[in-house]
Amino acid sequence: MNRVWLAGQRRNRFTSMFCAGLFLAPAMLLGSDDGNPPPEQARLANLVIQDCGSCHGLTLRGGLGPPLRPENLGHLPVEAIDAIVSEGVPGSAMPPWKPLLSPEEIHWISEQLKSGALVSP
Amino acid sequence: MLALFLVFGLSGCQALSGPDSRPDIMGTGDLGLIVERATGSVLVINTSRHEVLGRIEGLGDLSHASVVYSRDARYGYVFGRDGGLTKVDLLSQSIVDRVIQSGNSIGGAISQDGRYVAVSNYEPGGVKVFDSQTLELVADVPATYTSGHGETGQSKTVGLVDAPGNLFVFSLFEAGEIWTLDMSDKSAEITRFEAGESPYDALITPDGRYYIAGLFGEDGLSMLDMWNPGQGVTEILPGYGKGEQKLPVYKMPHLEGWAIADGRAFVPAVGHHQVLVADMTDWSLVDRIPVQGQPVFVMASPDNRRIWVSFAHPDNDVVQVIDSQTREIVRTLEPGEAVLHMEFTPRGEEVWVSARDSNRVTVYNTRTLEPVATLSAEKPSGIFFTSRAHALGL
Repeated sequence: MNRVWLAGQRRNRFTSMFCAGLFLAPAMLLGSDDGNPPPEQARLANLVIQDCGSCHGLTLRGGLGPPLRPENLGHLPVEAIDAIVSEGVPGSAMPPWKPLLSPEEIHWISEQLKSGALVSP
Repeated sequence: MLALFLVFGLSGCQALSGPDSRPDIMGTGDLGLIVERATGSVLVINTSRHEVLGRIEGLGDLSHASVVYSRDARYGYVFGRDGGLTKVDLLSQSIVDRVIQSGNSIGGAISQDGRYVAVSNYEPGGVKVFDSQTLELVADVPATYTSGHGETGQSKTVGLVDAPGNLFVFSLFEAGEIWTLDMSDKSAEITRFEAGESPYDALITPDGRYYIAGLFGEDGLSMLDMWNPGQGVTEILPGYGKGEQKLPVYKMPHLEGWAIADGRAFVPAVGHHQVLVADMTDWSLVDRIPVQGQPVFVMASPDNRRIWVSFAHPDNDVVQVIDSQTREIVRTLEPGEAVLHMEFTPRGEEVWVSARDSNRVTVYNTRTLEPVATLSAEKPSGIFFTSRAHALGL
C-alpha cells in the first residue's frame, strides 16, 4: 500500500516538473542563451547517460543491455523505441519506465536515442 | 650523484611546501581509488587525511568500473566497461600499463597468489586471465554454451571472484551456470555447475567457502559450497517473494559487500523494498526488513554492528542504517543525489559514500553517524581501499 503511494507521489513530482519544462519548450528547441541545456532537458540527459548507462554503458555501446547508438536503433521507428522504454522488455532485465517518466519525457528520450544526440564519441 | 641530487631535490620541495605536504616515502595502506565514471578518471585518496592526492586520467568508459589491488597494495587494476584493463600506480599516480582486452567488460578479480588478474567479459562473453605484472594474456575462457534453440554462443559472465586454491569463480548470465577456473597449475581446468536462471552478480564469503550468485530470473540465490563442490549448486531462499508482485528493477543489486552479522546474512531482495535476513546455519529465511526502496548494496560495517543499505533509482538519495541485532532502521542519511557506493575503512570507524549526481563523496563516522568530511569528485561511483589487497574475493 505504502509502496503504491510512494510511486504515485514520485510520478506526480516528475509530471509537474515536466509541465514546468513545457514552458521552456522554445528554449529547449533553440538552446538557452548561455549554451547550457535547460534543467529539465539536462536532468533527462543525465538520466539516460548515467542510469540507462548502468546497463547500456556510458557511451551507450552496451553492457548487460544491448547497445543503443543510432546505428543499433536505425531499423526501429521512434514509436517502437517509445514502447520499449515505456513498457520494458518482459523476460529481460529492461524495466518499464512509465511508472517514473511521463509519455512526453519518454518520447523525448526516444528521439534523442534515435538521433544520437546524447551519444559521446 | 644523481640519487643524491634527487634526494636534495625532493627534500627541497618538501621544505618549500611546508609541513603539511606529502612525505617523500609513503606506504599505501591508507590509500584508495575513487572511480570518476563519466570522465574516465580515478582519484587517489588518503583515508587518514580525507585527502585527494591526485587524479589519474585516460581510463576509458568507467560505467560499472571496479578495482582490485596487487599484493603489495601499490598497484590498482581498474576494470572498465569498454574492455579496458588498466594498471595504475598509487604512489606515482600514473598509468603503468593498459590493455583493451575485449569489447565490453564488467569487472574482475586477482588470484589468491597475486599472479593473475581475471576479467569478466560481456562482449565477447567469457573470462580472460592476465599476468598481473605484465598484463600478458595467460588464459582465455570463452564461456561457450548452447542455448535452448541449440545455438552455441559465448555467455556474458558476472560475479567473478577469487577463491582459495588459486581458483576463479564466475557465473554465466545467459547459460545459468557457475564455473570454476583452477589457476593452480598450467592446465587452467574448468568445472561447470548448473545454477538458476539469469545470475546477475555473486559474492564469496570472507572465508572463501560459499560462492553465492543472485538470480534475476527467479526469487532465490544459487550457492556453491567450495569445500564440497561435488554436491553441486543448491538454491537458497527460494521463492522469497512468493505471492508478491515483483517491482521493476531500475538497478541490479550488488552482492559484493556481503553483510553477515550476528549469525545472519543480510541480502538485497530483487524487485522488492526489502532486505532479506537468512540464518547462516541452514540458510532459511528468518526475516524481511522493510526499507524505503530497492536495495543495491547491503553492507555490514566491519564490526558487524550495523548494516548500511543504498538504493536503486529513483529512491537513491538516501542511505539507511540498520541495527544488526534489533533489525530496526536507526538512521536515514542523505549523502546526496544518486548514491552509488560505500566503502568502510578497514577497522570500520568511518565509511566513505559516493553521491554521483552531487559530485561529492561524504565520509561518515560510523559510531555517531555524522559526516566528518566531504570531498569533491566528478560523478563518483566505486570507492576501493587498498585493504582489499588482503581480502579474499575482493
